[in-house]
Formats: sequence, C-alpha cells, structure tokens
Amino acid sequence: MDYFLELFFGGLTRGSIYALIALGYTMVYGIVQLINFAHGEIYMIGAFTALIVASVLTFYGVNTVAILILASIVAVIYSSAYGFTVEKIAYKPLRNAPRLSPLISAIGMSIFLQNYVLLAQTSDFLPFPRLIPQFHFMEPVSHIFSSAELVIVVTTMVAMVLLTLFIKFTNLGKAMRATAQDKTMALLIGIDVDRVISATFIIGSSLAALGGVLIASHIGQINFYIGFIAGIKAFTAAVLGGIGSIPGAVLGALILGWTESFATGYVSSDYEDVFAFALLVLILIFRPAGLLGKAETKKV
Amino acid sequence: MKKLLLFAVMAAMFVFAGCSQKPKEEAKAEGETPAATEQPAAAEGGVIKIGVAGAHSGDLASYGIPSLKAAELVVKQVNEKGGLLGKKVELVPADDVCKPEVAVSSANKLVSEGVVAVLGHICSGATKAAMGTYLAAKIPVMSPSATSPDLTKSGEYPNFFRTIAPDDAQARLEIDFATDVLKVSKVAIIHDKGDYGKGLAEYAKQFAEADGKLQVVLFEGITPGAVDYSAIVQKIKQSGAEAVIYGGYHPEASKIITLIVKKKVPVKFISDDGVKDDTFIKVAGTFAEGVYATGPKDTSTNPLTIEATKLHKETYGEDPGAFYLNAYTAMLAITNAIEKAGSTDYDAVTNALRTEYVETPIGKIKFDEKGDAIGAGFSVYQVQNGVYVEIQ
Repeated sequence: MDYFLELFFGGLTRGSIYALIALGYTMVYGIVQLINFAHGEIYMIGAFTALIVASVLTFYGVNTVAILILASIVAVIYSSAYGFTVEKIAYKPLRNAPRLSPLISAIGMSIFLQNYVLLAQTSDFLPFPRLIPQFHFMEPVSHIFSSAELVIVVTTMVAMVLLTLFIKFTNLGKAMRATAQDKTMALLIGIDVDRVISATFIIGSSLAALGGVLIASHIGQINFYIGFIAGIKAFTAAVLGGIGSIPGAVLGALILGWTESFATGYVSSDYEDVFAFALLVLILIFRPAGLLGKAETKKV
Repeated sequence: MKKLLLFAVMAAMFVFAGCSQKPKEEAKAEGETPAATEQPAAAEGGVIKIGVAGAHSGDLASYGIPSLKAAELVVKQVNEKGGLLGKKVELVPADDVCKPEVAVSSANKLVSEGVVAVLGHICSGATKAAMGTYLAAKIPVMSPSATSPDLTKSGEYPNFFRTIAPDDAQARLEIDFATDVLKVSKVAIIHDKGDYGKGLAEYAKQFAEADGKLQVVLFEGITPGAVDYSAIVQKIKQSGAEAVIYGGYHPEASKIITLIVKKKVPVKFISDDGVKDDTFIKVAGTFAEGVYATGPKDTSTNPLTIEATKLHKETYGEDPGAFYLNAYTAMLAITNAIEKAGSTDYDAVTNALRTEYVETPIGKIKFDEKGDAIGAGFSVYQVQNGVYVEIQ
C-alpha cells in the first residue's frame, strides 16, 4: 500500500509539472488554434531569469521565501514580455496564412530561443537553488510527498481554478471565449481581437514562467534544453485531455503522470514512454478530440 | 484538423526520441603529420626490429600517429643508452588505416620483415583481424588502444597484451567494489539506455551474476532528460537493494541522487566515468556527498608522465595526441621485457611481460594471464566535502 501511495504521489507531482506547462499550450490553442511550440522555451527562459535573480539576491543575503517570490515575479514579467513579443513577431503576421505556416514559424521560434539561450548563457547544466522551503508539518511524510511536491500540486490546482473562473466571469474572459468561437464575429461586435490574443499569450507565458521557477527549484538543475523535453510531454498532455480545454489539460497531464509512474513502478521504466504514448494513441482513436475536448463540427 | 494534431504528436514523438542521446565526446588530436620513422640502422644483423602497426593515414590517423611518435621517442632513448641486448632497435611502421582487411596484409608485411614484437594495432577490429597472423608467427603484440573485451577475455589470443583498460573494466571494478569494500549483497543496476551507459550496466549485471555473490534485484533503463525520476527511485527502495549501480551521465545521475537523498532511500550510489565530472558535484551540491564513481587513475603527477609529455613537446612542439601515454607505456613494457628476458624468444618475452613489473607513465604494471595490464586502469573515487577523492 505504501508503494502504491508513493507511486501515486510521484505521478501526481509529475502530472502537475506537465499541467503547469500544458495550461499555456491549451489556452493559446483554444483562442488561435495554434500549437505554440515556443511555449517550452518560454518556460525555460522563466527558469533562467529566476536563476539570475536568485543568484543576485542570494549574494545580498535575502531570505529564501522572499527570493522565491521576487524571482517568480521577475520571471513572470520577463517571460510574459517574451511571449508577447514572440506572438507579435512570429504569429501575428501569419494570422491569415495557411495553418501550417504559423506551426513552422513556432518550431523556428523554439529553435531560435533555445540557441539564443545556449549562446547567451551556457550549454552546461546549472545548479538551481532549492527555493521552496521545507515545511515542518510535511516532515513525517516527506519520503512519500515532499514540501516542494505539495507546492507544485497546489499551485497547479489554484492556477486551474483561477483560470477557469477568469474565463467564465471576467470581461476579458468572455472576450476570449467569443474570440475562440468566431474571430470575425467577435471583431464585428467590437472586441479588440489583437488585444485578446496578446492577453492570452501573456497569461500562458506567465504560467509557464511560474512553472519554470517551481519545477527548476524542485529538480535542482536547468539548461537550455529543458523547455523542449518538458514542452513535448506537456503538449502530449494537452492533446490527451482535449486541447483548448483548461480542465482537460490538467486531467490529461495527471493521467499522463500517473501512467508513467505506475508503468515504471509495476512494469519497467524501460517502457515508460511506450505506455504513455500508447495511451495517447488509444484515447485519440476513441475520442479524437481528447478526453474533455469538444468535437469540432465542420463549418460548411 | 485532427489529422494535423495527430501528425504533430507523431512528429513530436520522433523528434523526442531522436534528441535524447548524448554521445560522449572524444577528443581528437588534429593537424598531425606522419613523421619520418627511419632509425639509423646499425651493422647488418645487429638490429632488433619492432613493428608499429596502426592507422598512420586516413580519417583515424589522429589515433595512430601519436603511438608512432611515442614509439620513436622511447626507441631513441633506448638506442642512446646502447640499445637492447647490445643491438640497436629499429622500428618498422605498418599502416592499417584501422581497416581489418588492410590489417592482415600489414601484419604479413611485419612478419616478413622479421619483427620480434609489435606495438599495435590501434582499432579493436583491425587488431582482431591481424592477430591470427602474429600468433602463427609467434610474435607478441601490444595495443595501446584496442578496448574490446573479447581480445583478452576470449583466450583466443595468448600473444595479445594491452596497456589500456578494456571496456568492461569499469563494470568489473564497480562490482568488485560493491562486493568487497561496501559488502552489499543486493544491487539495483540502472542505466540511461545509451550505448555507453547500457553497455556498462550489462557488463555489471553479467559480472554480478557470474560471481554469484551479488544479487541483481533490479535492472532497468530510464528515459534521459525526464522531469522527474521519483517512480524509479521508489522502485529501487521497494526492491530492497543496498546499492545502486548507475550507467550513464551526470545530468540524470544528479536528479536521481537528489531524490534518493530526499526520499530517504538507504542505498549507496556507485557510478562511472560519465558521472565522475565536476559538473555533477556542482549541480547535485550537498546531495552528491558520499557518491562513488569510477574513473581513470590519476597519473598526471607521475614523474614518468611529466617526462614523456615534456619530451613530446620538446621534439614536436605540441601536446601529445590520443593514446600517447598508453603507447609510450607499451613500448617501455616491450623493451623492458626483451631486456629482462635476455633474448627475443617468444616464450621468454611473453613470460617476462607477465612476471616483471615495469615503471611506466600509467603506473607500475605487469600483465595478467589474459594480457590485460595489472595496475593500470580505473580507480574508485568518492565525493567528500565537494570534491572527488580517489579511494583505495
């Protein structure tokens, strides 16, 4: 039973990590039907920004929790600026182009940002300070579920709830839903579609940056390549749950995390990815739009 | 639309699979040109000929040329001191381009020249191909660089020796260390599915099973670059292993060791050359304390190493290339064995190689029954206070 719980919480953490990144993928897809492959890189840039801020603040002897909060704020602002700029440079000019063009543009942006960080920073792995404090009350169960893992899981849940409320009840959220349904119609009734799209990218990038800070301080190391691998898994999770759906992204991510964790625990870690992607294929065969995705009706 | 999504996922899977390998970089010495190899021949009949076989041209020449240079430098010193058994030593180079089919004809050439011993070949494949010719002619052969375990382990080549540790030496050392020093009885062997890591892990498993003293309770590959390894760490804990042997590189090792410490799993962590890297300690920080890793013996402070390197710089004006020290060692071992044997007779020379210790840049060595150098190779290091310390 202990073993099951350990695998369960391991999968929960892993799934939450994927979910934090998947939320950004799914939001952008929901609004502009674009798979933003540069999203993983925004996450990586967030982690790098936080590392730089944290190093400077540690040098001045600031306390750990303050560093975590300040580094997260700076990372969120900086990454949002990147997300905003990437959209303006790489996607906006292609908004009316065929579907594949922005997709290729996104892949290009991803490669560009990776190599930019590689050249501007380093190709080496860098140690990331463990900024998440050890809570005293978690001590008895820390061998199963540590403080850092708790923080990641809680942050993911809070992010999901806040996002859902935001989309449902705020004016900008309504404008987003309207844009998602029909861009031209939204434009006709006076919605500033450009602003809505920019806002979507900014929110997605903020979440990615937050994820970057939390995950890097949980894992303890970063390099220029982390965004790619985490991004691919998060993208898989978003598709699994139904891309465009916010609860779907979280559900998909958790299912992916648990599949991998239990496959490793009860079968073999050699087959971890095999099980994860076999599950994806199965779900897409039976529910092509993903678990919570809405089946798309062809417009005539 | 759905097709596009599916396509993107498939593409992503392939890209992901293709990007997760990290080949270990090999340092290549470049810009070296074959040097003149003619030795001043002494009076007719008064020379001892030693062959130097390997890639002296072609794309792998940078692996073979340094051996040729090492042989020349050693022979020059020997001749200045009056030669071997009162005769001058002469080198006979033979280029095999590291190709098995060429290696056979270069071996025939050396045999017909009447060499008494051969330094070479450089590549394992070429060496294997040439060995039959040398064995029939009863000529001892010593390679500075052929690491294929078969060459010594198979027992097919009693005239073969080498001054480099075979590929499986690290695995052997890891298993011996776990059994004899750490005194554990259950071990989990984990690897990163790469050529290097998986190869080592498989040798380790093989040795543990052959010895019968160490039970392999878990043998699994992990996905390099994954965000989280807690499931495999819990599995290690569940398996009851007392030690983990990890085959792979430091980025994954630092993630795993961090989780092992955080999840309070009571296992010792033993790894390889890919982890014996200062980046590992930098990234894993205090979690790295107590980790064991095997790595090549530190010979940089050996006076003979310093001398051999200095000699190369003085003669050629640059730092020595690949396998230079191993070839230098091999040439010292060959000349020493002929000296000690008092003749160039095959049985006497091979016997001297197996019994007489010789001081070389890679340490004080002799050769075991199968032809591997005893006293050369790898050591176990442990992270102590943030640095790797060699332990005995």
